Amino acid sequence: MATELQSRAQPSRTGAAEGATADAEGDARTKKDVAVALEGVARTYGEHGAKAVPALAGVSMRAAPGELLAVVGPSGCGKTTLLELICGLQAPDAGSIACAPAVLMPQRDLLLPWLSAVDNAALALRIAHVSRTEARARADALFAELGLDGFQHARPHELSGGMRQRVAFLRTLLSGKPLLCLDEPFGALDAITRGEMQEWLGGTLAREPRTVVLVTHDVEEAVLLADRVVVLSQRPGRVIAQLEIELQRPRHRTDADVVALRERALDALATRR
Amino acid sequence: MSARPTHALRARNGWGGWAPGRGAWAPLLLSAALLGAWELYADFAGVQEDLLPAPHAVAAALWNNGGLVWRNFAVTAEQVVLGLALALVSGFALAVAIHLFPLLRRAVYPLAVGSQAVPIPVIGVLLVFWWGFGIFPKLAVIALICFFPVVVATVDGLAAVDPEQPKLLRTLDASRWQAFRFAELPAALPAALSGARIALAVGVIGAFIAETSTPTTGAYSGLGREIMTDAGGFQTARAYAATAVLFAFAIACFYALGLAERKLVPWKIRPRGETA
Repeated sequence: MATELQSRAQPSRTGAAEGATADAEGDARTKKDVAVALEGVARTYGEHGAKAVPALAGVSMRAAPGELLAVVGPSGCGKTTLLELICGLQAPDAGSIACAPAVLMPQRDLLLPWLSAVDNAALALRIAHVSRTEARARADALFAELGLDGFQHARPHELSGGMRQRVAFLRTLLSGKPLLCLDEPFGALDAITRGEMQEWLGGTLAREPRTVVLVTHDVEEAVLLADRVVVLSQRPGRVIAQLEIELQRPRHRTDADVVALRERALDALATRR
Repeated sequence: MSARPTHALRARNGWGGWAPGRGAWAPLLLSAALLGAWELYADFAGVQEDLLPAPHAVAAALWNNGGLVWRNFAVTAEQVVLGLALALVSGFALAVAIHLFPLLRRAVYPLAVGSQAVPIPVIGVLLVFWWGFGIFPKLAVIALICFFPVVVATVDGLAAVDPEQPKLLRTLDASRWQAFRFAELPAALPAALSGARIALAVGVIGAFIAETSTPTTGAYSGLGREIMTDAGGFQTARAYAATAVLFAFAIACFYALGLAERKLVPWKIRPRGETA
């Protein structure tokens, strides 16, 4: 089940669109069908030697456009590092990364407290030099669709945790980038809200299709939402299992197939520590 | 989840809880008690009037010299307001420069600290040599005394942005300037205003120092000059009257800044007990 490890001497980072210089197996056909392609990616923090902390060791994974790829693993297995590599916030020490332009939704919502919900959602548009009026109008148009109607002018501190995550997700969506990197988006929510938000995210992505890399420590969440689940080992993270989830949506946590796949992922985690 | 509890937000501001109306009796009561004690002490403890005039004598001096005190006050008030404005603008600009260019921080910070130790009379003559007997030397002195807390507070505020925030902004393709404009600058405003409050508290005494260390020509040279002249000329009651005016002016400025704060950083104004 573990994928083949391929380390490359020369780390490279290329946009998926113009990935002509990428590795040999990336012929024209596969490039077109891939939104995320990681090959043998390794990342080590700190000085090399005794103090070096390896975060990722030879990680390979792929996602096709429109797919939802979930990455699960124990705490500290380098999941956040993985997303920052995909977003181009860090460079790998080895291996190659080719992905579509990606936007990060960090673990904490990081909404700006001085902006209203609608202005927070429209932040990416304002950064792209869209006028304030038009940015607001475009964000406002999605508020009702995302279950946020009536909260346009609320400040972040007036919103509940779940609502804040919705606004943060809308901000991510409005960046217009094809690849969304979600870092444990519901990790800080209570169980009931988390369940609601998982359902909400599934519904939203059905209406607004994007390629998504969802990092989570919740195996059930991964199975409920993803097309494919990649299971990472403990630090340094490496891929120990990949599960294809070919189940109809919407899925329910009590479905027999969901339960079975969840058990398989948990088994992989338990046996390959 | 309450939608918009705005009326509850308006009742308090985070730093003092002072609002006209409810709760205004507390400072008035305390002031009345202190004035009463002062009056009794001055009347019955056998202190000479030239040493400590009683409140009623101070009030009488203010009443009898209203025109003189008012004209001198106008001079001083203009200096305080303009000097503070200069301090806020230059302090904020210096803080932003220090934030954006770390080398500048290492170069400028020690000098800014040192500048606070310079006794103003030492440079007063030079300032007059440069700018004459007008208002500019005074503004320079007030700004020199007041800019430092603005710089320190603003630099800290600019650096206090969540370290994850730049990452998010980078994936949203924000430039360095946009990261500053959308995240760091607004985040630093509350701290800058805290610095401004400290600056304001020393601004009035700054004007006093400015007036007494740089000579002025003209009929009215400010309350600071007047106080020094009166205190040396056995006009103690009038010196106290002028001091009382400065006292009230400092308080008025402080609350004016509080009102400005409500307009500038409304997201910081929360009902009591609620935190970030």
